[in-house]
Parts: sequence; structure tokens; C-alpha cells
Amino acid sequence: MSTKTFGSGSREIPANKASKWYPAADIAQPKKARKTQHPTKLRASLVPGTVLIILAGRFRGKRVVYLKPLDGGVLLVTGPFKLNGVPLRRVNARYVIATSTKIELPSLNLDKYDDKYFAKEDAAKKSGEEEFFDAAKAASEKKTIPESRTADQSELDKALISVIKQTPQLTSYLKSTFSLSKGDRPHLMKW
Amino acid sequence: MSESKVVSSQWPQVETGRVVLINSGKDEGKLAAVVQIIDHKRALLDSPHIERQEVSLSHVSLTQQVITKLPRAARSGVVKKYWTEASVDEKAAASTWAKKRASREKKRQLTDFERFKVMVLKKQRRFEVRKAVAKASS
Repeated sequence: MSTKTFGSGSREIPANKASKWYPAADIAQPKKARKTQHPTKLRASLVPGTVLIILAGRFRGKRVVYLKPLDGGVLLVTGPFKLNGVPLRRVNARYVIATSTKIELPSLNLDKYDDKYFAKEDAAKKSGEEEFFDAAKAASEKKTIPESRTADQSELDKALISVIKQTPQLTSYLKSTFSLSKGDRPHLMKW
Repeated sequence: MSESKVVSSQWPQVETGRVVLINSGKDEGKLAAVVQIIDHKRALLDSPHIERQEVSLSHVSLTQQVITKLPRAARSGVVKKYWTEASVDEKAAASTWAKKRASREKKRQLTDFERFKVMVLKKQRRFEVRKAVAKASS
């Protein structure tokens, strides 16, 4: 509110004036969401240190070690890479069987491994023709993995393998792959 | 005309005192004795392990054991007395059938890691056997 004087009189002018017009058609108001987003609740069998069997994707059938949960029902796992070739990787909890085998996880700082760590770098936009020939060239070349990644992997592997070695046969168990054979009924099996 | 000879069968029959294994329901896997035959499909069972009950014979497997002296329609106390006298449980536990059932159950309860260990042991056994066979046949 402000006051304006005119000669002998004065008048109050509102700070926010009412609109001189109103829309002819009603403007749709977005609905207010009354639901809140809850963090994903993982199965009770999914405890860090559990040996998991991956069911889908490139590494299906591999037995891996579960390290920590990430956002949205995603799990951080690793082979360890040195044992079975499964790198530090994110998998969806739905595509995994949790076995009853657990290892005592060594004290590791896993804070830096989040979704951002795995994000791809944005490639600079190229023109159509350039992109086409570059893609052809890139396909023929071998992708190099950043050194920081390999360093992280080898550090993790070292710590995990020292624990895994303590249980006899666990190393070869993690090296082996899972598959169903004749007469196996997975829903009746114990894991 | 050749003379025909009637010989009674050797397989277990449903009779008073026949020890049976219950295959379904609450008492699955438990042993009981036939106390009385109700009709061609049902029998009255009783034992120290179960409640006295009528059971369809399709839910039951006959064992080789019979408590021969068990009187027909004997009450629970009497059944228990004859049961222990005939040492049914001991004989059943010693049978090959029971051992097979136990091992099958144990196999079913194995975890994934244990199944892997069994696989490794089997591989080792196979290797040894083949080695011995190769040595013997050469």
C-alpha cells in the first residue's frame, strides 16, 4: 500500500493491483499431489555382503557380491571383477536372486559410488554427417576405460578377495555361473 | 484243462495293523497304523504321532510293516502299546525307504553354495572313478 496526495486530497494505491481483465476460458490448474514418494524398500534378504545371482542382461547367471543399495531399488554390485569379470555395476533388485551366502564386507568407503559416478559424459553435439562418420570410426576403435575407474575397481577387488579367500571354495563359487538344468524347480529351491 | 493255482499277492495290503505313511495334509510324512477299514477308499488311522482320524487311502502309502496282533478298532492307548511293542518307529527309521526320503529332503534343503559344493565333490568322484576304470581296462 502506498498513499498518493492530490492537492488537498490523498488516495491509497494498492501495491498489487487487481487485474483489469480475466481469461475468457478457465485455466486448468494442475492437481495437487497428495501422495508422497517413499524410498524403495528392498527385500529382507538383500543385505550388503550377500552373494547375488544376476538374472538378466550381459552378466546373467553370474554370482556377484552386493555392496550397497542405491536410489530407486538399484543395487551396487561387483564380481569382484578379478574373479568373474563383473565390474562395479548397478543392477535392479528385481533381476537378482539373493542367496543365503554372505561375506563379511571389509570396511570400505563406498560413498562416492552413486548414480552420478556411473553417469555418461555428455558428448558434444556434432552435425549429422560428422556424427555418422565418427560413429563408424568409434565402432572400429576400442573403448578405453578411464584410469580412475580401473583404479577404483582394483582397490575394491583387493579388499573383497582378501575376505572371500577366507571361506574355502567361495572363490570358485563366485567364478562359476548359475543355470537351471532339467528337473530344477527354482521356486521350490532354497538359495 | 490245466489246473489253476491261487496264490495270495506279495504286495502290501490294506489290513488292520498295516503301518502307513501319510502323504498329504497336516500330518504329511508321519506314520500311522490302520485301525479299521471304513470302506474301499477310507480307513481309520491312529498312532502316537497323529490324532485318530479317518483318511482317504489315496493320501497314504503302504509300508511293509504290519502290527500283526493289533485288534480291530483298538483305542488309542492300545494302539500306542502295540506300536511301541512292535518298535515300528525304529524299524521304519532303519529302512532304506526312510533313508532315501531323508536324503531327498536334505538335498531339497541345500542352499545354492552347498549345491555348488556337492557339484564339485561329484566331479571329483567322477574323475577318480574314470581314472580307476581307465587303469583297469588298459
